[in-house]
Amino acid sequence: MITLIDGLSLGSIYALIALGYTMVYGIAKMLNFAHGDVIMVGAYAIMVTLSCSLSPVVAIIVSVVLCTLLGMIIEKLAYRPLRGASPLAVLITAIGVSYFLQGLAQIIFGAESKPVGSSWKLPAIPALNKHGITTAALVTLICGIIIMVVLTLFIKCTKTGSAMLAVSEDRGAATLMGVNVNKIITITFAIGSALAAFAGMFYLLQIPNAEPMLGAMPGITAFTAAVIGGIGSIPGAMVGGILLGVVEKFCLASPLSSYTVAVKFSLLIIILLVKPTGLLGKVSREKV
Amino acid sequence: MAMLEVRDLQVYYGMINAIKGISFDVNEGEIIALIGANGAGKTTVLHTVTGLVTPKTGSITFNGVNLLKIPAHQILSLGMAHVPEGRRIFQRLTVYENLKLGAYIMNDKKQVEKNLDYVYTHFPRLKERKNQVAGTLSGGEQQMLAMGRALMSNPKILLMDEPSMGLSPLLVTEIFSIIQEISKEGTTVLLVEQNAKKALSIADRAYVLETGSIVLEGDAKEMMNNDDIKKAYLGE
Repeated sequence: MITLIDGLSLGSIYALIALGYTMVYGIAKMLNFAHGDVIMVGAYAIMVTLSCSLSPVVAIIVSVVLCTLLGMIIEKLAYRPLRGASPLAVLITAIGVSYFLQGLAQIIFGAESKPVGSSWKLPAIPALNKHGITTAALVTLICGIIIMVVLTLFIKCTKTGSAMLAVSEDRGAATLMGVNVNKIITITFAIGSALAAFAGMFYLLQIPNAEPMLGAMPGITAFTAAVIGGIGSIPGAMVGGILLGVVEKFCLASPLSSYTVAVKFSLLIIILLVKPTGLLGKVSREKV
Repeated sequence: MAMLEVRDLQVYYGMINAIKGISFDVNEGEIIALIGANGAGKTTVLHTVTGLVTPKTGSITFNGVNLLKIPAHQILSLGMAHVPEGRRIFQRLTVYENLKLGAYIMNDKKQVEKNLDYVYTHFPRLKERKNQVAGTLSGGEQQMLAMGRALMSNPKILLMDEPSMGLSPLLVTEIFSIIQEISKEGTTVLLVEQNAKKALSIADRAYVLETGSIVLEGDAKEMMNNDDIKKAYLGE
């Protein structure tokens, strides 16, 4: 039970990150490999804000705003000039942005891992904690679910949301409907990066240290989750993320614990062998 | 002045000169047919008019506005809607969601409801299937949806690309009679068709496009009796 809650909680962190990958892929048709590093920037933003002895609430706001802007800036400066370029050029650029952010963090903050500050923790809830359930896991799980529900409603019920679905399916046809594709792509990057900021916060609740490589492993795991769920599919990213989180925690609790990473990535291979489009991925059909 | 004026349009795809300096007019209230064989450049002309393709030279003026200066996504708000070749409806969304996207630029909710009613009156089939996922519609229904979606923004002119493609003769007749109805209600139509016979039967005037150039233009009824046209396009 505790392992399950821990797994669901870690899974919702992965799901939040995976949503960023999958939305950007669905709408801009590119893999934003710098996405994981946005989490790292968000973590440092929290650390710096707290070190100015501001409250954690201010730190949350600073982190979300900074990550959102960062996502929009990355899109504008690095990816927009490559609109229409070969996918390989865009992919290499994304990897370049990723190394750039990691390098920048190393120059500014140094390579070693630094504690974010003692005020970044949640109050204990004795009734739960004595059963082994941490407050952090519970808060992460609940907030993660709320964020995912809000996102789903946003996409389903707003004009911008349906424009996003339209752009992801057919950019040209969406343009003919009067949708400004560039604007929708910018909004997508902004939302994806804000989700990454939230993921970063929850991550820091479990491991309260910031380091330049912080985003790398959760980033690649969440990318795997997005592919398992079916890249481009929003419910797929949620399912994939939660699945990987649960698998990881159960693996860590079993005698196989030292093979956890291998198990996670083998899961990807197995699922792609059985269902190459991912769990909820759709095969696009042409009908004339 | 014509509603839509295209002058000396030249379009290149890389080194290939797809459109070799064509000019044509569409007047308000008309149905204009642009006919020609596969590969003549008909679709390219429409894509250029709605900004999906940028021409090398030439001008496109719509109600006095230079369309080449307007980004593609703003052209619809000028009153020009495009029903693209192959319908290009949003397959994963429902019929209703597709229609709502057709009114994406409209802010007046009451007007959107009115337009929805207008579309449902012309295409009762879409009303029956409004909650169905668009990808599961038949070809004819998808064509109706593409037309309905384009009508959701009250366009002044409707650009239609091969509405007859892949449809049974019965459905083609149905679609063409709806085009005539829409035209009677005041929407100007620029119709691109391979099915020359059908297109000429409802059009006021027509232009014949051959490998990127206009080779013939004139009254649609006269063109139906033109021996060259009969031989080349009407199969008589």
